[in-house]
Amino acid sequence: MRKMIEGSRAVAEAVGLCRPGVISAYPITPQTHIVEELSQMVADGEIDAEYVRVESEHSAASVCLGAVAAGSRAYSATTSQGLLLMIEVLYNIAGMRLPMVITGVNRAVSAPLNIWNDQQDTLAARDTGWIQLYAESSQECLDMHIQAYKIAEDDRVLLPVMVCMDGFILTHTYESVDMPTQEEVDRFLPPFDPLFKLDPADPVSLGAYAGPELYHEVRYIMHRDCLGAVEVVKEVAREFGEAFGRWDGDLIQPYRCDDAQTVLVAMGSVVGTLKEWADRHRARAEKVGVLKLRCYRPFPRDELREALCGVGNVVVLEKAVSMGAYGVLGAELRAALYGLPGAPAVASVVVGLGGRDVTMSTVDEACCRALAGETDFFAGLNAELLEER
Amino acid sequence: MTAPPKQRRKPPLGIVARPGSSLLNKTGSWGILTPVFDCSKCKGCNTCEIICPEGCIRHLEKKQYEADIEFCKGCGLCAAACPADAIAMVSKQS
Repeated sequence: MRKMIEGSRAVAEAVGLCRPGVISAYPITPQTHIVEELSQMVADGEIDAEYVRVESEHSAASVCLGAVAAGSRAYSATTSQGLLLMIEVLYNIAGMRLPMVITGVNRAVSAPLNIWNDQQDTLAARDTGWIQLYAESSQECLDMHIQAYKIAEDDRVLLPVMVCMDGFILTHTYESVDMPTQEEVDRFLPPFDPLFKLDPADPVSLGAYAGPELYHEVRYIMHRDCLGAVEVVKEVAREFGEAFGRWDGDLIQPYRCDDAQTVLVAMGSVVGTLKEWADRHRARAEKVGVLKLRCYRPFPRDELREALCGVGNVVVLEKAVSMGAYGVLGAELRAALYGLPGAPAVASVVVGLGGRDVTMSTVDEACCRALAGETDFFAGLNAELLEER
Repeated sequence: MTAPPKQRRKPPLGIVARPGSSLLNKTGSWGILTPVFDCSKCKGCNTCEIICPEGCIRHLEKKQYEADIEFCKGCGLCAAACPADAIAMVSKQS
């Protein structure tokens, strides 16, 4: 059913359609609307779930861990400081191979304090074992949540999924979305059937000690299964396309890349801006394209190598920086392309931190400087603020 | 006739632990001290039995307390708590 709703509302409704058993969350701008909507829906009896109010995100994630361990489908949402607060639990959830879905609403991290969008927060969780999908639009975001449970609960995966959406840009804007019906989602997403769970009738311990004689293998298997999840992400995206008639790519989605000599690579809502930029430059007969990275973890190394082989210049626009090292996405893309004959030159351009708007002129600056040979830089800096600093 | 249930994978390595491991894991080897009970001083107050974090102190007779050395880690809480100073922590090497 078509409706014009806030991105946060779209996510809440999509999560409701997935029939969660337990929702536990702590509010934080700009994720708050999602969990407020969900709590209202539970209170109104629209969702049959237990909503557990907690005193922090660390507890919210722990409640969700316990819920999934006991065999219930669980959900939470968080952002920035909240994500960082729950991060040890994120490692535990993934390490215990418990499937669940958390919405990571992208917001800059303190200090200094900033409530606006960038992707530093979810990228800080890139080593946890969580699968990470980045949404370009509200429609894609709501669709991703439905796919996320199916991916996570697949026996070949058994890893939690973080659906990442840009704070304010997607959460607080209104978009015309097609919301599936309960019947459609029930057909696509069967009830959670845990492979293992806590059950007094058949008691087990989950996530217990593993010494040096065992831990190395346990983590190898986890990494292997996370890498293998690329197949499941692709499968589920294809099945979703067949069931709901919408396709936003699986691991990556190329836009006008066929004969492109310069390709812009990015994740999240900024891809929409880049597509607009590409259209304007294509109208001037410039061979440019955009490659949306939709699935960041597992990192689709093979698909990126295939898509970018033979391209002259890749300009990565990224909303995070690994301080003292490099732009995160640029570094990982370079690593993925290592040794590929015909690999492009890759420029890593940090843009839009702390909600700094990424405009056409930001993208122009990024591409001009990249094509002039600069490899690692920030675009869109206000030179006045940098004087004598 | 219904199809047989689909064969699912086993849980990933190291994730699910069956109960009973505490019976096999003899934590007594961890300790370098061991408690020695002087029953002549014992008041039978049961503090040592209650305070032991491993639950390895018991008594079969009143004022006849002993520790299960297969599991006692030698933490010394019993000796520290005993109001009669009836427990001494002694090095296992002596």
